[in-house]
Amino acid sequence: MSVTARPVAVEWLYEFVRYRELFFFLVWRDVKIRYKQTLLGAAWAIIQPFTLMLVASFAFGRVAEIDTGGAPYPIFAYATLVPWSYFQYSVPLAGNSLISNANLISKVYFPRAIIPASSTLGGIVDFAVASTMLVAIAIYYRIPLSLEMLMWPVLLLPLILFATAIGMLFAALNVKFRDIKYTIPFFMQSMLFLSPVFYSPSLVPEKWAFLLHLNPMVGILDSFRASILPAQTIDWGALGIATAVAGAMFALAAVYFYRTERTFADLI
Amino acid sequence: MREAIHVEHLTKRYRLGALRHETMLREALLNAFRRGRRKEDEQAILALNDVSFKVDEGEVVGIIGRNGAGKSTLLKLLSKITYPTSGRIHVRGRVASLIEVGTGFHDELTGRENIYLNGSILGMRKKEIDQRLEQIIDFAGVAKFVDTPIKRYSSGMRLRLGFAVAAHMDPDVLFVDEVLAVGDADFQKKCLSAMDDLRSGGRTVLFVSHNMAAIENLCPRTIWIDAGKLRADAASDKVIASYLSTFSDAQRSGYDLTKVENRGGNGMIRFTRVEFLDENGDPASVFRCGEPMRVRFHYQVNERVKNPDIAMAIHSDLGTRITTVSTWQAGYYIPSVEPGAGSIDLVIDSLVLQPNRYYLSMWISTVEEWYDVLDHCIAIDVEASDAHDNQGRGLHPKWGLVFTPSRWSLGPPVAAR
Repeated sequence: MSVTARPVAVEWLYEFVRYRELFFFLVWRDVKIRYKQTLLGAAWAIIQPFTLMLVASFAFGRVAEIDTGGAPYPIFAYATLVPWSYFQYSVPLAGNSLISNANLISKVYFPRAIIPASSTLGGIVDFAVASTMLVAIAIYYRIPLSLEMLMWPVLLLPLILFATAIGMLFAALNVKFRDIKYTIPFFMQSMLFLSPVFYSPSLVPEKWAFLLHLNPMVGILDSFRASILPAQTIDWGALGIATAVAGAMFALAAVYFYRTERTFADLI
Repeated sequence: MREAIHVEHLTKRYRLGALRHETMLREALLNAFRRGRRKEDEQAILALNDVSFKVDEGEVVGIIGRNGAGKSTLLKLLSKITYPTSGRIHVRGRVASLIEVGTGFHDELTGRENIYLNGSILGMRKKEIDQRLEQIIDFAGVAKFVDTPIKRYSSGMRLRLGFAVAAHMDPDVLFVDEVLAVGDADFQKKCLSAMDDLRSGGRTVLFVSHNMAAIENLCPRTIWIDAGKLRADAASDKVIASYLSTFSDAQRSGYDLTKVENRGGNGMIRFTRVEFLDENGDPASVFRCGEPMRVRFHYQVNERVKNPDIAMAIHSDLGTRITTVSTWQAGYYIPSVEPGAGSIDLVIDSLVLQPNRYYLSMWISTVEEWYDVLDHCIAIDVEASDAHDNQGRGLHPKWGLVFTPSRWSLGPPVAAR
């Protein structure tokens, strides 16, 4: 092993693999602490999207009467609220993860990307717990079984990719610019309205469609919903674009992270 | 012998501008709009300046130097926590670095869970931790509480747990920073013996410490870092002796303290000179065990100070503080000192030190402020004497640091049954 003033890109990947055990220990720590500290524990992962579903069913289902293509609004909303809750929980956690683990960064060596990545991976447990409720709601509305439902867990991949990209970018910027943390809630709020959590992207006028799909959450969330609702099928083109944009964001975030990570211990 | 560590022309520059509080996005954006770079942001300090050395496999090397000399920076560079501005580091084998005990401990997790977490943070594999779990718990002495969240642990238990994990790492190369400076005497002993085990296990160890006795004990070789540069790299006793002698440069200028640069305090009062006198008030240059000692401190007051406390400490040649005397301790109350020059005399009734070289530190302070602080500024040699009518028996460095005047008396004979 050697350290020089010049970084070697290959070593980055190699080091990440070498430290995989620490990565899983950090995921395990985050999950464990989260479930230990809260009174309701795992129930919390369901209560949050479920309550939001009730509120949205009133506001958008009854009052605004949003077109769901015939699906009952509660399941229409819950199918996107589960992945959205994951995103909303993981991104700020990852974005602040380097700062909140400053002690580790300044005292021990390990590939720094482990920290934000473990934050976004830990959120999957909540996702899994909240998904069980989706099954209950689907049974309640007598949604027929379909092959597309198998896509539900697979769709996690582009979602995690995108959440990790945004989380890493925020995390690295957060070390250098301490006022970045104030922009995270603002970003999340904007994303909530720009992503089809409470509405269907088909409601968006055609001329905005291209711009809309620059947000990978559009293709990802709509696919999550389509995999459950029988009246809707997955738009593979939109999902492909979303995955490509998320991948590009990830590459960008990784390059920026890689370029700045050597200064983290000096700045933090 | 194969090389374990090879450091070539290692330099680390910190830009002061980057470390200041201006790292706010809004300011960075504002600066981008301004024309030209602001020159003051380009100021840099060299935490390490062209340091090169080699360490063979199995060597145990001490690293000493004043605070801020660059010792910790060196360790952080070697452990890859931070990266060099220029130069190369080559380390062969599995590295573990111990810059803090119990890094990453979490209050809500149990002792057992924290062993796994801390172990993996220190670079241990889960398999290794599984194998050594019992030993670690045993070493820490927390068997009863191992499934209790560590928020219920005492600070001593945490420390023991942290060190127990660290002591069971199995690296080829180990970097240790000052972890022994914490904990009670018992614990320090345990740590030192664990360090000794590491040494006899054939590992390469780099050990940063202020504890000269520990360094001399554990490390045959010592590297001295001074103001970012490698100042000496040789046998420990030689390096430590010349390191400590730099604290007493003042001696050569006849105890003139005005030229001492390495001093603390805000300067409202400064020591200017120290004189040693004998019983008759004549200058004294020889200090003898068991004899009285009179010290006259001359000082310059730059601003009026109320209730100052003037103190002096005596250190052994390895840096251990032996004793401290002060006006506060003696109940000698100084209402105030006025601007101008002044002096104060300290009389030690009997110098109970064994013959050896000692270092003096002195300071003036109040509860709120430090006015002047001089560490190890004067070296004195204490000679043997006949002060206790014993022809110098028992007066030798090998008998310890302090000579204790004592009397013995045999009890009445006890009849055999």
